[in-house]
Amino acid sequence: MAAPEEIPILQVDDISKSFDGVEVVSNVSLKIHSGETISILGPSGSGKSTLLRCINWLEKPDRGDVYLTGKRVGRKEDGQLMSDIELASIRAQMGMVFQNFNLWPHFTVLQNVMECPVHVLGMSKDDAVLRAEQLLEKVGLKAKRDAYPYSLSGGQKQRVAIARALAMVPTVLLFDEPTSALDPELVGEVLSVMRDLSAEGMTMVVVTHEMSFAREVCQEVVFMDDGQVVEQSTPDKFFSNPQTERAKRFLTRYE
Amino acid sequence: MTDLEIVIKEWPRLASGFGNTVLLFGVSSVGAFLLGAHMVGPLRSRSKIVRVALHSYVDGMRMLPFLIFVYLLYYGLPSFGVKLDAWTAGLLGLTIYHCAYVTEILRGAWDQLPTGQTESAQAHGYHGFRLMRRIILPQLVLNSAPVLGNQLIYILKDTSFLMIITVQDLTYAASSIQSMYFVPLEPFLIAMALYWAISLLIERLVRVVQGTAKVRGLGRA
Repeated sequence: MAAPEEIPILQVDDISKSFDGVEVVSNVSLKIHSGETISILGPSGSGKSTLLRCINWLEKPDRGDVYLTGKRVGRKEDGQLMSDIELASIRAQMGMVFQNFNLWPHFTVLQNVMECPVHVLGMSKDDAVLRAEQLLEKVGLKAKRDAYPYSLSGGQKQRVAIARALAMVPTVLLFDEPTSALDPELVGEVLSVMRDLSAEGMTMVVVTHEMSFAREVCQEVVFMDDGQVVEQSTPDKFFSNPQTERAKRFLTRYE
Repeated sequence: MTDLEIVIKEWPRLASGFGNTVLLFGVSSVGAFLLGAHMVGPLRSRSKIVRVALHSYVDGMRMLPFLIFVYLLYYGLPSFGVKLDAWTAGLLGLTIYHCAYVTEILRGAWDQLPTGQTESAQAHGYHGFRLMRRIILPQLVLNSAPVLGNQLIYILKDTSFLMIITVQDLTYAASSIQSMYFVPLEPFLIAMALYWAISLLIERLVRVVQGTAKVRGLGRA
């Protein structure tokens, strides 16, 4: 007899999303359990980023539901839309790292990291400074605490963005192509931080084109094309023995 | 008495007018900015009624000469049973009128702001006016300092219209000295110098804000 299934950290249930009549995400379902790192792969325009943005309702899904530790995101139990306040409080439990970093330029590095703990969670400034310093140390940027984002390299910006997301002690971290805007020589420093997080048991959903990261770090790979999940398996199986023509074609392009 | 001696003798009149001008300018500038900061968000409201109402206000004010607006407030409203004293009408007029411009300046700056700024704030649990106040507004101000400074100078100069509705501002003081003693030049030259002094302070403020923006890589319009 199977043990009763534990509640997944994140459950995506039959999500669809269209823009101007074109369906970008079609009936996608996923489950991510605590401590897992999964990557979502696929060609450009396959709907990966839109799917990720539907998870924290930066895009409102047309159909389907998202559950964070069993709690419905975006809609109340009765199906009514959540208020902005309710949605904000559930988003605060999901960290997100963007392709273009989106650090807040008017704040210093330290202020970027302590901003949300103070103003969203209501943490005291002293505690927030301590935590922010620890996190900056973790991503190797403590020396840059008083610098403005403007003066940082892309790789440094992205590491600050990761620290900013971690400062909220998120249940799950969403990465939207975190290395795609970086110069090739800066990709490694960001991936190395992400590897460490994964090893520490952070639950992560990573939309990426970094095949080596997907292969070496993730427990599961989701391959999307045309808005649909085409394959979903372990990295070993997916990279050595893809089941579909589309996945094979995609992988040959990255060989 | 020479003309200059007359002006020196009447200095308290000028000083009090100057004080009133500074007060009118200060209160209505702060008011217009705070009100504008609250209006620029709803300008992108999901509700069409809210959007149309706010756009009509912003565009309506900008199409109306300030003097006519103040006339309407002071001399027109009593026909509808609303009687405002000169100071109230003046302050309300300046604030409401220039708030429309401030709102438009902030709206324009917001249009230039990458959407990622709002999205990353939302993703971290921000919403509503706190998102505006912490994340958006500081960037709008840093990015549009010269235009906002320009608007402050307009507010300053528009205070002088209020003498028409009997507010005793700096221009009123200069004008009354002129008509009492028939000295056409000196009072106005002094008034001009005082307006100029405030304008220089505004310029100074703009420089400071621009410097703050520059070290953050902002404000390069």
